[in-house]
Amino acid sequence: MPKHDSVRNRNCMNPPRIFSEKTRRTIAQVGAAVLVASVTLYLALPVVALFFKTTPELFLSSLTTPDVISALVLSLFTSTVSLGVVILVGTPFAYIHCRNEYPGKVIVDTLIDLPLVLPPAVAGLALLVLWGRVGILGQYLSLFGISIAFTTLAVIMAQIFVASPFYVRQAKSLFEQLDPAYEQTARTLGASPLRIFALITLPLTASGLVSGAVMTFGRALGEFGATIMFAGNVPGVTQTMPLAVYMNMAGDYHAGITIAILLVIISFAIMIAIRLLSRQEASHA
Amino acid sequence: MLEAVIHKKLRDFTLDIALRAGPGEIVVLMGENGAGKSTALNSIAGLVCPDAGSIRLAGSVLFDSGTGSDTPVEHRRIGYVFQDSVVFPHYSVRENLAFGLRARHKPPAVIRERVDYWLRAMDIEVLAEVKAGNLSGGQKQRVALGRALATEPALLMLDEPFNALDTDNIRLVKELTRTFVTGMQIPCLIVTHRMTDCRDVGDRVCVISRGIRKWEGTPEDLTGCSCAGEEP
Repeated sequence: MPKHDSVRNRNCMNPPRIFSEKTRRTIAQVGAAVLVASVTLYLALPVVALFFKTTPELFLSSLTTPDVISALVLSLFTSTVSLGVVILVGTPFAYIHCRNEYPGKVIVDTLIDLPLVLPPAVAGLALLVLWGRVGILGQYLSLFGISIAFTTLAVIMAQIFVASPFYVRQAKSLFEQLDPAYEQTARTLGASPLRIFALITLPLTASGLVSGAVMTFGRALGEFGATIMFAGNVPGVTQTMPLAVYMNMAGDYHAGITIAILLVIISFAIMIAIRLLSRQEASHA
Repeated sequence: MLEAVIHKKLRDFTLDIALRAGPGEIVVLMGENGAGKSTALNSIAGLVCPDAGSIRLAGSVLFDSGTGSDTPVEHRRIGYVFQDSVVFPHYSVRENLAFGLRARHKPPAVIRERVDYWLRAMDIEVLAEVKAGNLSGGQKQRVALGRALATEPALLMLDEPFNALDTDNIRLVKELTRTFVTGMQIPCLIVTHRMTDCRDVGDRVCVISRGIRKWEGTPEDLTGCSCAGEEP
């Protein structure tokens, strides 16, 4: 048949292959494996290296040094307070922002995301220029004897500034994606807006909000640039774990490694928590 | 008695419609997708604000563009069953039925009694403690209907209530709707695009096209009407 002939002709015209089908498949598989292995090693090796630089005995003994303990306590305290503020203010803010149209909404939308791309050192400098002792607003506060810069409060403010987008963005997209029919049904049933928010909106978005909160906590815990610019590096007052890692490079090297390992462990715990939560969310949907 | 005159500019056309439904009467709103049926229901419920018009229900004015009165959604006493049987998935069937009663601050004893009544009436007693998110389409629809009726509304509105239900559940939901609308003597609006639904539950049919009423009459007369569209 003419059709078959033409197919056969076309096949005949194909150039002869240098490698057999099997060899080509093997090359592709090896290539893929090398790519996956190099990406994995690039990310994992530096982290693993930290663990090789210490021994369990050294790790445990530096764990009890005052510098390490104070940095750990300060970091956990400030990150928890920052997270609390972000949740308490960010949740209603994200909800009001989503459900209402108001002038300048696009600008607010951009501002929410700004800290994600702004270099943390710039954020810290900006906070200092505004709230520092001779800052634009800070100078008036110092008239009343209030000083924010280089205090624990400054650490918290820097963390909130840098870490809040992780939670607020997540909350915003969850509220936007929630089927409006849930809230509308609740309204027709006589529920007040506050009741709907508490009993319908929050429970239906809870697992997503928690994973946003975990991300925020992680970011606050790792905050370095804005903190050192705005809060300085005072042990026990503003020296959080990342700052202690940096300072100990020139001092107690093992203490630095110990804090670094602690941060690695916490980061892993955060990633596992988010994975578990997002799986829960998927099964809920 | 429901009397609604709604004028609302939509993207492609203007919704300009007058609707009436007496006590115990089921009026079926029919028309193609995007004809303005759901907007009409949303306007009556207060979820959408008409540009002009008036909505009166059981002797009270819910909306009047002339006087500027506009009763908030939560105070309109309208039982509204949305498309796709919206149940609160994180609550049990019992808590779903109690939701409207709790929102209206009824005493706990009254809530318990009424919830038990509607669990029996909708034949969902065995599902009382089941999370509503785990129910089938037909069960969800009965929960949504029971939840709307438990608040003793002055008007019942159902938006495409028979979509995605099997034949048995369609029949059951139609029977329940008819029984309670007649029993409670409240007006009822049902939005559908299927002619069989009009014949089964409708006392009166109103065909809407591009926001305008094209035809109104009894379901028996509808078959002869060229505007009724095709049976799907």
